[in-house]
Amino acid sequence: MSVLSKRKFPRQLEDEAIYIIREVAAQFDRPALLFSGGKDSITLVRLAQKAFYPARIPFPLLHIDTGHNFPETIEFRDQLAKELHLNMEVRYVQDSINQGKVKEETGKYASRNALQTVTLLDAIEELKLDACIGGARRDEEKARAKERIFSVRDEFGQWDAKRQRPELFDILNGKINVGENVRVFPISNWTELDVWNYIREEGIGIPSVYYAHEREIIERDGMIWPYSEYLHTTPDEIVQRRVVRFRTVGDMTCTAAVESYANNIDGIIEEILSAVISERGARIDDKRSEAAMEKRKQEGYF
Amino acid sequence: MDILRLNTAGSVDDGKSTLIGRLLFDTQSIPQDKLEAIAASSQRKGLDFVDLSLLTDGLIAEREQGITIDVAHVYFSTPTRKYIIADSPGHVEYTRNMVTGASTAQVSIILIDSRHGVVEQTYRHFFISTLLRIPKVLVCVNKMDLVNFSQDVFSNIVSDFYAFAEKIKFEGQIIDFIPVCSLHGDNIAKGSDRMPWYEGKTLLQELETTNLKENNDELPARMPVQYVVRPRTDEFHDYRGYAGKISSGIFKVGDTVTALPSEQTSVIKKIQKFESSLDEAHSKESVTLLLTDDIDISRGNMLVKKGQEPIAAKYIVAHVCWMAHEPLSIGKVYWLQHGNQLVKAKIDAIQHVIVPDTLEHQSATQLKLNDIAVLSLKLAHPIFADTFATNRSNGGFICVDPGTNNTVGVGFIEELYESVPVQEFAI
Repeated sequence: MSVLSKRKFPRQLEDEAIYIIREVAAQFDRPALLFSGGKDSITLVRLAQKAFYPARIPFPLLHIDTGHNFPETIEFRDQLAKELHLNMEVRYVQDSINQGKVKEETGKYASRNALQTVTLLDAIEELKLDACIGGARRDEEKARAKERIFSVRDEFGQWDAKRQRPELFDILNGKINVGENVRVFPISNWTELDVWNYIREEGIGIPSVYYAHEREIIERDGMIWPYSEYLHTTPDEIVQRRVVRFRTVGDMTCTAAVESYANNIDGIIEEILSAVISERGARIDDKRSEAAMEKRKQEGYF
Repeated sequence: MDILRLNTAGSVDDGKSTLIGRLLFDTQSIPQDKLEAIAASSQRKGLDFVDLSLLTDGLIAEREQGITIDVAHVYFSTPTRKYIIADSPGHVEYTRNMVTGASTAQVSIILIDSRHGVVEQTYRHFFISTLLRIPKVLVCVNKMDLVNFSQDVFSNIVSDFYAFAEKIKFEGQIIDFIPVCSLHGDNIAKGSDRMPWYEGKTLLQELETTNLKENNDELPARMPVQYVVRPRTDEFHDYRGYAGKISSGIFKVGDTVTALPSEQTSVIKKIQKFESSLDEAHSKESVTLLLTDDIDISRGNMLVKKGQEPIAAKYIVAHVCWMAHEPLSIGKVYWLQHGNQLVKAKIDAIQHVIVPDTLEHQSATQLKLNDIAVLSLKLAHPIFADTFATNRSNGGFICVDPGTNNTVGVGFIEELYESVPVQEFAI
């Protein structure tokens, strides 16, 4: 397998993604890039920067802050925004809770992951966004494998798999009706390994939680959960210190860690190639049911 | 590292999802947890083997009915290549999905169940592969275990297929046949000692050795302008860059280019790709071109090399595949999108509808979902296209319904005219 670790990033994927991002800027009045602080959205920022160089990125970034993010992610976000002169809009799930629009989950598996959909849809309405660029990839999950690059959502942000527009050649149809908006996925055709190879070749910075570090964790259901004040633990769950890293970065309450000593990109890539767990296997929210992602997408999830 | 795009087509139960699952499995592309999940699922369904088709049947409705509804994209890599599979369902009513999946494919894999041989669907799949000018077609004759790995069965299927294919295949199109058994992996990534009579390549060997050069670089240079980059900062005060993805040919610094439709010419001063400057840029590359003169260029225009200008076509004849429930009718006006140019197009005539299974021509006044027909269209403004046969990346378009904004059809240009030809087309 390790012959693959010397594999180069297929440059055609970058050309394709830049083409898609330029189409968004040209076809829509008020696009935004959905920023999560994860490696995929950081990759999107790099691609957007390249697409319009030497001009600045001609649309804002939107971050839905659940309040349960890794502090390292927030620090990274603010630093990136400063460096690249990004227009970073932040909307808070806590505000949606305060407004009574969503209710905090309770119990040991409580997470704000599902709540952020409401905050996102409100932000889309408030900012009158007609296109949101996201970092979803088709290799992540079965429902995502069927999503288009320009994915039309109705007024309620809903995705209807059976009503998807056919996409032919590289022609992107961004015409929408009043009230509709489009989710755009420029790195649809990238795999996890493509993203890491790109980050390596481009020397892109990522939040420190992706690298091995010592942290407080608990073990639950055979997975390593990062311990934080937001995690509801039971008395028999003992907090331990362990050297771990995160393969995917979501909320602290729904992202599992892996034991790892990989402290650079090469180490991470070697690890992915030998890993036996898929990327979204570390996303606790996907494990709720076999069709968890499809159901969330229908409701307007990222 | 290059990319090979594949399309897979087969009838219901030909074992297409299993074939893809097998390709992924044998190239170690399936993570352990996914494999365990489908193994558990298979067991719950009472199967005594791991149903690899569960890897790609993604949507709830599909799992319930055990069928594939929509085009799914599947990825795998070998040390030499990245593969993107567009997995299209085989139902008659889903022709539009195969056309969608195949529109970017360089290789088309067509599955045949060895017990049933060539069926109507097979003709349709090959017809679409040819209409879309896919340079290489690999016919996998599957489930060979169920016909005792018989060479005669295989040979008969090959000759049946050829009898049809020879009538429509285009010059240079490659067709190869492989006897396989996806369930057990024979001739997918590994050879088969159960079919010693077969001396050809395995499916994976065929894919690994497919020549990817579509000779796009040798075609006339064309770049549709997507976006005009104007930083308006002190540092880049007068900067004006034309951003786009080159659809065919090569642009070099110093080349004289013509902007269409204005027909103004200028010279390429700089080719920029982010912070670096290139001497030349090839097809499929996203670049920004800077010219020596300030000429009028905006989105939807096209830059071409001087002396290689396409005609300004206001009347076209094209194969169209209709993709909407709402029928197409003569006289109706649609948006035609060619590259990033949008023009109004009026359906002037339906010359004939083609029955893919028999190649028979029928007259019609309407096109229904999944119909494939030859149409003539009158355009409100000129487009700068090539025929699909000469330039696959500049000869296709989509039709958008102005009422719903949905993509309702796809076209492959056959003939281009500056104005309505004097001689009307007789039906």
